[in-house]
Amino acid sequence: MQDLTFETLIAVFEEIFGRGLFWFMVAAAVLVTFGYFYVLIRDREVSWKKFLVAQLSMPVGAVLAVWFVMVMTDSRLADLGGPIDIILFLGIAVTGAIGMAILVYTLEALLGTKRTKGEADI
Amino acid sequence: MDRRQFLTAAVAGGAAASLVSPSAEAQVSPVQTSARIVIIGAGAGGTALANRLVRRLEGAQITLIDPRREHLYQPGLTLVAAGLKPGGYVVSDTAKWLPEGVTWLPERVVAVDAEAKTVSTESGETLGYDWLVVAPGLVLDHDAIEGFSLDMVGENGIGALYAGPEYAARTWAAASRFVEDGGTGLFTRPSTEMKCAGAPLKHTFLIDDIARRAGNAGRMNMVYAAPQATLFGVPIVAEKVRMLFEDRGVDTMMNRTLTGIDAGARRATFATGSGSEEVEYDYIHVVPPQRAPDFVRRSGLSWADRWTDQGWVECDMATLRHLRYPEVFALGDVAGVPKGKTAASVKWQVPVVEDHIVAGIEGREGTETYDGYTSCPMITRIGRAMLVEFDYHDNLVPSFPGMIAPLEELWISWLMKEVALKATYNAMLRGRA
Repeated sequence: MQDLTFETLIAVFEEIFGRGLFWFMVAAAVLVTFGYFYVLIRDREVSWKKFLVAQLSMPVGAVLAVWFVMVMTDSRLADLGGPIDIILFLGIAVTGAIGMAILVYTLEALLGTKRTKGEADI
Repeated sequence: MDRRQFLTAAVAGGAAASLVSPSAEAQVSPVQTSARIVIIGAGAGGTALANRLVRRLEGAQITLIDPRREHLYQPGLTLVAAGLKPGGYVVSDTAKWLPEGVTWLPERVVAVDAEAKTVSTESGETLGYDWLVVAPGLVLDHDAIEGFSLDMVGENGIGALYAGPEYAARTWAAASRFVEDGGTGLFTRPSTEMKCAGAPLKHTFLIDDIARRAGNAGRMNMVYAAPQATLFGVPIVAEKVRMLFEDRGVDTMMNRTLTGIDAGARRATFATGSGSEEVEYDYIHVVPPQRAPDFVRRSGLSWADRWTDQGWVECDMATLRHLRYPEVFALGDVAGVPKGKTAASVKWQVPVVEDHIVAGIEGREGTETYDGYTSCPMITRIGRAMLVEFDYHDNLVPSFPGMIAPLEELWISWLMKEVALKATYNAMLRGRA
């Protein structure tokens, strides 16, 4: 690989998703991240009830991320052929899990539910 | 916030921060010039170079000459010929990739006069140049295979995936019937230099894998036939492929050059060195001999003592500069260098030609050199590939040493081929990778 700079990586991601979709996803990720920090600062504490649902959603995020990559690339689990494949596989799953947890926590905190509104957290 | 939440926040925050950090790459101010630069060919090499030169030079007259309205992403043809992608996956408009400020002449070049520094097109137009880049690609010499013509592809068990997306799709039509019905599959390659010598091997591996998945492995007789004595130009890779073929039950017929086919009788004729041999098949993948376009040889740009039947441009293997005409460069498939007929080679060749042209305009010597880098994501089955990278010296030059083993069949290498390769190729066309 030649000149694997940050700029090259951005160019490649723009080509994979299309410039519009890529930057939309970046903006969405930034928005969710800011939303997450916003609710943490606003509430000045972690809501364990919200976090419980967020945690429960993590396996779903992991499976969804892996399923998406496998389907899009004509792959199956039997194709994992070495340590780097396992690391990549786990990386995709962990990314999906964390992304889902942050999204669920943030949405719960912003939108509120009967379960979480006005609750008294531990 | 507990430890787990802190880590979650840190990962998310870190990812967001990395996405908005500025590029570390410094921008170089463009060189003022009125140089006339003519690039023959708007394929991977010509287009990528034009995009880079436009950024490096201000005031230069850059002209690309190429009659093809459609740009082909050739690394995708293997996937089309295995039914994994539609034909449209490899096609885009040539105009889409060309930068502002260059002139595209959609014509065929008929001659170059390197003494007078002119290029003539079939409409009779003559262009003068200060710098010339010869990047027209190569010609598939289908007529060299007796009894074969491109309109046969897709019928009677005949495949030929190099000829373009339509033929790659028709190759899959023939191959898919073969994997259903079984029989003898012959997979060939020519005696000449060729673009991506791994492609015929990939086709063999893929068709074998698809047949196995269909439960037909026992009804297949897979045979790889080649004029060479080994399966790949790089010895260590050749050995690995030999072992994989042995493992998959693919037989080999080495030192056999396909010279003709009898489509009706489904019989192929091979030259063996001491005579000829006929082999019956149910499916045959034809890879014809490959040569430089005629105008290259007619214009006296070819090597006089090497590849005399093929006509590749005589050039320095490190700088790609013509050995007799210093203002002429060769780029891509047509370059007369020992390796380098892949898009990955082009990616490494383009900055070298760019550097020497810009340096020449500034009146100094360029410093960039090309060491024969070529990359081949050698697909060994659907879902796995070996990321084979090597140079002029047959050394393996892995991009990710210690992480991605070059001779290991890995999922990550397949993902690179499926997801990242076309994106990287497109970024290269835009001069950004």
